[in-house]
Amino acid sequence: MAEQDYDLIVIGAGPGGYVAAIRAAQLGLKTACVESRETLGGTCLNVGCIPSKAMLHASEMYHEAHSGALAKFGIDFKSVGLNLDQMQAEKTKAVGELTGGIEFLFKKNKVDWLKGHAAFTSANSIDVVGKSYTAKNIVIATGSSVTPLPGVEIDQKVIVDSTGALALPKVPKHMVVIGGGVIGLELGSVWLRLGAEVTVVEYLDQILPGMDGEVRKESAKIFKKQGFNIRTGTKVTGATVKGGKATLTVEPAAGGASETIEADCVLVAIGRKPNTDGLALDKAGLTVNNRGQIDIGHDFQTNVPGIYAVGDVVPGPMLAHKAEDEGLAAADFIAGGTGIVNHDVIPGVVYTYPEIASVGLTEEQAKERGEVKVGKFAMMANSRAKTNRDTDGFVKVVADAKTDRVLGVHIIASIAGSMIAEAAVAMEFGATSEDIAYTCHAHPTHAEALKEAAMAVTGKPIHM
Amino acid sequence: MSTEVKVPVLGESITEATLGQWLKKPGEAVAADEPIASLETDKVAIEVPSPVAGVMGAYVVEEGATVNVGAVIASIEAGSGTPAAAPAPAVAAAAPQPVTTAPAPAPVAAPAENSDLPLSPAVRRLVLELGIDPSKIKGTGKDGRLTKEDVVAAAKGTPAAAPAPAATVAAPAVAGRQEERVRMTRLRQTVAKRLKSAQETAALLTTFNDCDMSEVIAAREKYKELFEKKHGVKLGFMSFFTKAVALAVHDIPAVNAQIDGDEIVYHNYLDVSVAVSAPNGLVVPVVRNADKLSFADIEKTIGDFGARAKAGTLTMEDMAGGTFTISNGGVFGGLMSTPIINPPQSAVLGLHRIEDRPVVRNGEIVIRPMMYLALSYDHRLIDGREAVTALKTIKEAIEDPTRLLIDL
Repeated sequence: MAEQDYDLIVIGAGPGGYVAAIRAAQLGLKTACVESRETLGGTCLNVGCIPSKAMLHASEMYHEAHSGALAKFGIDFKSVGLNLDQMQAEKTKAVGELTGGIEFLFKKNKVDWLKGHAAFTSANSIDVVGKSYTAKNIVIATGSSVTPLPGVEIDQKVIVDSTGALALPKVPKHMVVIGGGVIGLELGSVWLRLGAEVTVVEYLDQILPGMDGEVRKESAKIFKKQGFNIRTGTKVTGATVKGGKATLTVEPAAGGASETIEADCVLVAIGRKPNTDGLALDKAGLTVNNRGQIDIGHDFQTNVPGIYAVGDVVPGPMLAHKAEDEGLAAADFIAGGTGIVNHDVIPGVVYTYPEIASVGLTEEQAKERGEVKVGKFAMMANSRAKTNRDTDGFVKVVADAKTDRVLGVHIIASIAGSMIAEAAVAMEFGATSEDIAYTCHAHPTHAEALKEAAMAVTGKPIHM
Repeated sequence: MSTEVKVPVLGESITEATLGQWLKKPGEAVAADEPIASLETDKVAIEVPSPVAGVMGAYVVEEGATVNVGAVIASIEAGSGTPAAAPAPAVAAAAPQPVTTAPAPAPVAAPAENSDLPLSPAVRRLVLELGIDPSKIKGTGKDGRLTKEDVVAAAKGTPAAAPAPAATVAAPAVAGRQEERVRMTRLRQTVAKRLKSAQETAALLTTFNDCDMSEVIAAREKYKELFEKKHGVKLGFMSFFTKAVALAVHDIPAVNAQIDGDEIVYHNYLDVSVAVSAPNGLVVPVVRNADKLSFADIEKTIGDFGARAKAGTLTMEDMAGGTFTISNGGVFGGLMSTPIINPPQSAVLGLHRIEDRPVVRNGEIVIRPMMYLALSYDHRLIDGREAVTALKTIKEAIEDPTRLLIDL
C-alpha cells in the first residue's frame, strides 16, 4: 500500500475534533484536522457554549445592577445603562482569544489545519477544496446544527437560531423562544435580563425535557418568578414575518383552538441534528441510523475499519465535554492504547440563574431499575447561599436503596455547574451517599449542601 | 532486663549515619521490629527497629549525632509501658479475638460482590487495556475496592500490596490456616531494592556453559591433607574459580569493569564479592586483590568471612566495593540459575552442583563430574562475545588447572 499522507485526519475542529487531533499528535501520530470555519473550536467556541456564557455573565451583571437587586447590599447606582455593542464586543474578544488559543495549540502540537469542507472519496481518502488527502485513520467529528421547524423559517433577523440570538443588534421587546430546553432557557435568560419580555413555548407538558422531574417543576417555578412566560403543552404550527414582526400560530399540543402570538424576535431552539451532509459517507461505505447519527462500537470505530466518529454526530447527549472525552478516547484507541468514556456519568449543566446541573440517573429513571433512597437539601438552609442571598434551589442525591451507591445527583443552585463536578468524581469512584456524607466539606460553601443531601439519604441532615 | 539497640548492619557500603529522629519516647511501649528511630545516611533514610518488645529506655545518643554501624543508640527495657499512640499492625494481626458474642461483623469485601464492585476510571481503563477480569483481583482499597496499584500488581503476577490490617485479622478465621506477617528486615529490604534496581538499570542476560570438574577434584583429593596441614585451611573449589576468574578478567577487562555515568571504569585489580549465607540473609563480603592472592590466602579469607557472617561480625568495610561476584548456588543443590549482578558491578558467575553425568570424550560416552556455569552480565557494557569468551576461559581453566599456572 502506498504511503498515506497522514496517520490521522480529523474532520471538524470542535471540542471533539480538536481534542482528538491534539491528543493523537501528542501520541506521535502525524495528524491533520479539517475545518471550514475561519476559526477553530467549532460551534462550542464560536457560536455555542462560550459566547452564550459571555452573554449570560454580562447580562446577569447588568441585571443585578439595573434591577436594584444590589441595593440591599448597600450598592446604589445613580443610573445603569446598557451598551449592547460593548457587551457583544467583549464576547467577541473572549471568543477570539479562545479560538486563537486552539490555533496556537495546533501549531505547538504540529497538527495541520486543512481549511475547507471534507468529503470522502474512499474509506481512507478525503477531498478538501479540490485537494485529495489520504490517511490511515479518519475521525468524523462534524458536530451538529440547529433542527429546523417546518413552517418557521429562520431568517436570522426576526426568526433566529441560537447563532442569531447571540448577536441581536438590539434588545427585542418581545422574544418568543420555541423550545423549553437548555439553549432556549439560557438565551431566553440573556434577553429577559437585558429587558425583553420572553415567552417560552414548549411542546411537552414541562420544560427541560429529560431532566429529573422535581428539577423540572422547581426550575419552572423559579423561571416564572423571574418573569418568563412559560407556555407548556403548546405547539407552534406556523409563522409569518411582516415589517420586522413575526406572528406565530400556536395551538395546544393535545389539540384545540389555535391562537396567534406577536413577537419582534423568535428563537427556534427545538434541538440539534447531526451534521453529515456533504461528507459523502457513501463513498466510504458508511451510513447513518434513523436519527441521522453514525453508529459506532465501543472503540468509537464505525462499521468501516479505520473510520471513527465522536461527539454530536454519534448517539448520546450533544455536549461539548462528552465530545471531548470521546475525542481523547478515540485518539487513544487509534494510537494503539485504550480509551475510556463512561457514558453513565456525564454531567449536564443549564447555565441559567440559578444554574441547573445533573449527573447520572434521574429519580424516575432510577426507580425504574429498582428501589432507591433519595436525600434532598434546600439551598435555603445552606449558610453560604443564605448569606449571599441566592437561596433558590436544592440538591438531590439519588442512591440505590440496597447498596447506597449514588446513582444520580441533581442540583439547582447559583453555582450548580461547579458543584456537579464533585458528584461526578464521586460517582466515577462508585461512591455511596455515605462516602460523600463522610467527606469533609469546607464551610461555608454551597458544596456543603451536597454533603447534607447525602446525609439525608441514610439519615438526617443537620441544618434542616 | 534491658536489651541494647545497635545501629544495624546493612548490605551496603554505609559505615556511619546520622540519627535523624527518635520515633519513640522513653517509657513508651514498643513492639518487636517496631521502628524506634530513623537514621539518615548519604544514600537513604532508614529506620531502626526494636529487637524486642518492651519499653523504650534511655537515649544513648541525641538527635543529629553521627553514629557508626554497630554502635549502641538506646536500650529497650522489659515491661509493657504506656500504650503507643498507634499500635503496630503486627500486634493487631497476632491477636485475633475469637468471636463469642454479638453478630459477626460484615465480612470484608465479599467476593460475591466483586463483579459489582465499583471501579474507578483509571482502574476501569487499565483492566480493559490489560484484559484482566477485575473480579479475579483482590482489592486493597476502601471496602475492598480495586486500586490502580492492585491491577498493576495483578498484571505483574505479584500479590497486591499491603492489605488493610482489618483483612489480616479476618484471615485466620479458618482453623489451622494462618498467615504470619513479619516486618522485612532492613537487610532484606536493601537486598530487595538493590536486586530490583539492578534488573531495572542493567541490560541483564546470562550465558551458560558446563565444565568437567574431574581435574580440580583430582587435585583437591591429592593435596587436601597436605594443603590443610601447611595452611591451616581446607582446599575448596572457590580458590580455583577465583583464580580462573582472575585469568578471564585479565583477558576480557570489560567483565571486571563498571559503568559510571557516561564513562566505563576499568580496574587493574580484581576484588571478588563472594556471596555468603548469613542467618539474616545473604551477605557479600569482598576478597580483595584476588588476582594477587595465593590459593591459601583466598581460602583463608573466604573461611574467615563465613565464620564472621555466622557470628554477625562482618563489617561494612568487609562488604564495600567489589568488582565481580561469584555466587555458589551449588552448595544448596542448584542445577542452574541466572544470577543477578551486584551493581555497580557488571558480571556475576554462578556456580552450581557437581553431578556425575554421561559426556562424550574421544567418541565414547563416559561418566564425568559436571557442573553448569552461568555468567550473568550487563549487556550495556559487555558484548556477548566477551561474556562467552570469559566464561569459556573459566571453564577451560577449571578443566585443566595447569592453565592457571601458565596464564592461559
